Amino acid sequence: MSGWKVGTVTTTSTQTASARAISLEVPGWPGNLAGQHVDVRLTAPDGYTAVRSYSIASAGPGETVELAVDRLPDGEVSPYLVDDLQDGDQVELRGPLGGWFVWRPEQAEHVQLIGGGSGIVPLMAMMRSHAASGSTAPFRLLYSVRTPDDVIYRDEIAALDDSSLDTMLVYTRMAPVGWPVPPGRLSKAILAESVFPASEAPLIFVCGPTGFVEAVATWLVELGHEPSRIKTERFGGK
Amino acid sequence: MGIISRGFSGRGRAVNEDLPPGQFLTEDFPVLSAGPTPDIDTAEWSFSIRTEFGTDHTWDWDALQSLPTEDVTTDIHCVTRWSKLGTTWRGVSLDTFFENVETSREFTMAHSYGGYTTNIPLEDLLDGKAWIVHTFDGEPLDPEHGGPARLLVPHLYFWKSAKWVRGVTMHDSDDPGFWEQNGYHLYGDPWREQRYW
Repeated sequence: MSGWKVGTVTTTSTQTASARAISLEVPGWPGNLAGQHVDVRLTAPDGYTAVRSYSIASAGPGETVELAVDRLPDGEVSPYLVDDLQDGDQVELRGPLGGWFVWRPEQAEHVQLIGGGSGIVPLMAMMRSHAASGSTAPFRLLYSVRTPDDVIYRDEIAALDDSSLDTMLVYTRMAPVGWPVPPGRLSKAILAESVFPASEAPLIFVCGPTGFVEAVATWLVELGHEPSRIKTERFGGK
Repeated sequence: MGIISRGFSGRGRAVNEDLPPGQFLTEDFPVLSAGPTPDIDTAEWSFSIRTEFGTDHTWDWDALQSLPTEDVTTDIHCVTRWSKLGTTWRGVSLDTFFENVETSREFTMAHSYGGYTTNIPLEDLLDGKAWIVHTFDGEPLDPEHGGPARLLVPHLYFWKSAKWVRGVTMHDSDDPGFWEQNGYHLYGDPWREQRYW
């Protein structure tokens, strides 16, 4: 992997009140696996720089990189990316990074994706890679969000749910009108009902806030899933 | 200088000499682990050093507690770009564990409960540079942060400070561990920004 490359914003799309998807054209980008990261560097006019690492929402060959960024209230970089960045603006990128939390289209086993909030981003790359490759690996998504307005990639996930994906949404604060269950945090019982059983030995990717991932990963082990089959990415402190 | 990002002004300009290049300060303590947090009972816990002669030097939890402890105040630097300054730990120096270990090998692999591994040259574990720690900020180390005990090698990026450590094996070459096989630098010096391959 070589050094920094210049990315030019081609499109942005507002996903939720705090999250935005950003597509960049990055000449020389070598393509990336689903689930990998990229370092993003911003440079101010006086030469000051700030670098943060983001999951990539896109996958495969080509020189387009899509990010989906959630604004951290006290963040230095994410408010700029979500609120200020415009088409034609440039940032620098370095990557792709990471070889563990990744899914490759040649993997045939069952895959269970479990996302909390903006933890959907690397999972989105996997869903897209799965659909684009015509993979027949059974794919399931369990996605925990606070309210219906917090679903990142809502339309695209709904479209995939009609074709290549089996989706289960958990609303923790407010559910849509007519939703069969009241809102509430994901529980071990809901998890047990929703995910592929341990007997299928699914490969499981869990991404979300630290507390969410800790709880889910512990329950999965208690439900009989092999710890080595559970790949995790956490964000935020404890 | 890189290309300018239109409209970006950034926040902190104060130069913090304790911050390695490309790092930002956090007051938080983020958790990064590749898999589930293992549940380790101190009654079952042990730490071993295995040499090229097949000799195991092993300490159980009580033996660990009976070794001379040190209080360590140090900065820690994660490859994902956060740094935390002035963290306080309590544990036992690796010098103490290696005191009666005979080996001519120069490299080590740290092994953890749950299967994690990371490679560290022996000289980076000795001379007051590394500890097995069981206490953070005056409290027993949380499982999410590697409890009951983790390696602390603060002069290298924090993935080298293996959580849930259970042993060190001696190697005659610097073989890559888990993250070192998955994209991270073989050595990982934050001051030289040795992040990736």
